[in-house]
Amino acid sequence: MKKKITLQSALLTLAVLIAALVALFPVYFLVVASLQPTQYMFSRGLSLVLGDTATLANYRTLAEYRDGLYLSWYKNSIMITVLQTVLSLFFSSLAGYALGVYRFRGRGLVFTLMLLVMMIPLEIIMLPLYKLCIGMGIINTIAGVILPFILSPICIFFFQQFVSGLGDSFMEAGRIDGCTEFGIYFRIMMPLMKPAFGAMTILMAMNSWNGFLWPLIILRTNENLTLPIGLASLISANAQKMEVLLPGAVLSILPIVILFLFNQKKFISGLTSGGVKA
Amino acid sequence: MQAKQVRTPWNPKRILYSKKLAPYIFVAPFVASFLIFFLYPSIETIRMSFMSMEGFGNEQFVGFDNYARLFNYHFGNAIRTNTIYTGCMLVIMMTIPTVLAVVVNSKLLKLRNMFRAAFFIPSLVSALIAGIAFRLMFSDMDSGLFNQILHLFGQESIAWNMGYSTGILMMVTLDTWKSVGINMVYCLSALQSIPSDIYESAEIDGASALRKFWNITIPMLKPTLIYIFTLTIIAGYRMFTESYVYWVDTTPGDIGLTIVRYLYQMSFQRNDMGFGCAIGIVLLAIIMTINLIQLRGFGMFSKEKD
Repeated sequence: MKKKITLQSALLTLAVLIAALVALFPVYFLVVASLQPTQYMFSRGLSLVLGDTATLANYRTLAEYRDGLYLSWYKNSIMITVLQTVLSLFFSSLAGYALGVYRFRGRGLVFTLMLLVMMIPLEIIMLPLYKLCIGMGIINTIAGVILPFILSPICIFFFQQFVSGLGDSFMEAGRIDGCTEFGIYFRIMMPLMKPAFGAMTILMAMNSWNGFLWPLIILRTNENLTLPIGLASLISANAQKMEVLLPGAVLSILPIVILFLFNQKKFISGLTSGGVKA
Repeated sequence: MQAKQVRTPWNPKRILYSKKLAPYIFVAPFVASFLIFFLYPSIETIRMSFMSMEGFGNEQFVGFDNYARLFNYHFGNAIRTNTIYTGCMLVIMMTIPTVLAVVVNSKLLKLRNMFRAAFFIPSLVSALIAGIAFRLMFSDMDSGLFNQILHLFGQESIAWNMGYSTGILMMVTLDTWKSVGINMVYCLSALQSIPSDIYESAEIDGASALRKFWNITIPMLKPTLIYIFTLTIIAGYRMFTESYVYWVDTTPGDIGLTIVRYLYQMSFQRNDMGFGCAIGIVLLAIIMTINLIQLRGFGMFSKEKD
């Protein structure tokens, strides 16, 4: 009996291993492509294994490309992701926390507004929002990219669900000890919300790092672009700069994958504890 | 703060202790952001959709003209493309992530955490970056990966990005690769909150693995599946990056032209902002209608069960 289970388990693991290799293949493909001289890419076709032609030449080209333009894109992306993630976690968790633990007049209304923002895609209100940003003078700036989206409805919803499950005995204890309502949030509840913060950090950072349409509209000059927008500008049909595009794409994946690998367990258990359930 | 509250003398510190005031302060940033960056642009979208504009200047009221202009060949094509694309994504997202989640949750599987990470990593990659890899794989040259696969089966090379259905296939492939992982994680987190004694008592009754899947797992996952269903519809109709990365400059023959792509082209390449707003309003109408029908559908299912 025991032997049979081991066989089953081995077969399942093997099948899943094959599926995982298929899933990761495009990333592998990109890495391998970035390490080959681009002049052969179209004539001979791309080889799927690295032979003697492997070279870091593309990465050198990338570093030197227009006086380190790629580095500015990288910096912009990091700045935007860090700022947006930190600000949206702070403000969204505050709102979600208030909706979850307090019973106040207007709570239902705020909750409905949050669902409304969640249901209506940005693309619909994008043009007047763009006009507004022109009026505010934040076009082509980091503020223009993040300011309209500092409050994330999904994040608010998640924190609301999460704190609803915490119970208010901690809060009462805090009040008896003479904490202010703000002190209760910062000193007592925030540490309890750690799993929720863990899960939402990854989700928010991922959305921000990969954001495309809005930054595409807001950012104008080359040195202010983020990684996806900058790389997109290299795809244009007339002049594809493969030797910059490919290494640039590979390096742009790294930070977010590293962030995830370090928080992997917290991410899934955090999502479970909050219960992303409609 | 006046005579009525004589009993406790007013003290600025009391604000900090007020249980009544605190929630309003906590939700204030959200409300402010909602009014400025959501409500105001929403009203403006409606207003501007009735205007003829050049960029944001020269506004002239034109009634329903912009909406009337939407009855054209290109917009029809865009709606059709989004609808076929969303249909494909729904079929895929309602099946693969669920099965994958059950598998990576199985105790029979070794190295479970490693596999969970492996399947989730594609979701971390932006559609644009992934698109760079998929563009190469879907290359129309004989050396392209998918053409090489066709050669193995004795087929001729295909110019993938020049055909309507192969164009949709390219976008569906890219988005499937990108979205299976995150939806698997949603299913996985729902699976982990199913109490294990349900399965144990089913085992005592002699239920097979398949029966447990159909009669326990699927019903318990229903809220999550509805959530994924809704998100997939919204994401399907607002799709943009997948189209942009394959057809960067133009969409010849409307291949790869989606609703948001059309909105983008009309507003930013033709400067026709009023028309762009009308496209936005129609997009909203489409999404809302489908979501209402769909939520009704699911609601009726649960009534039958009770």
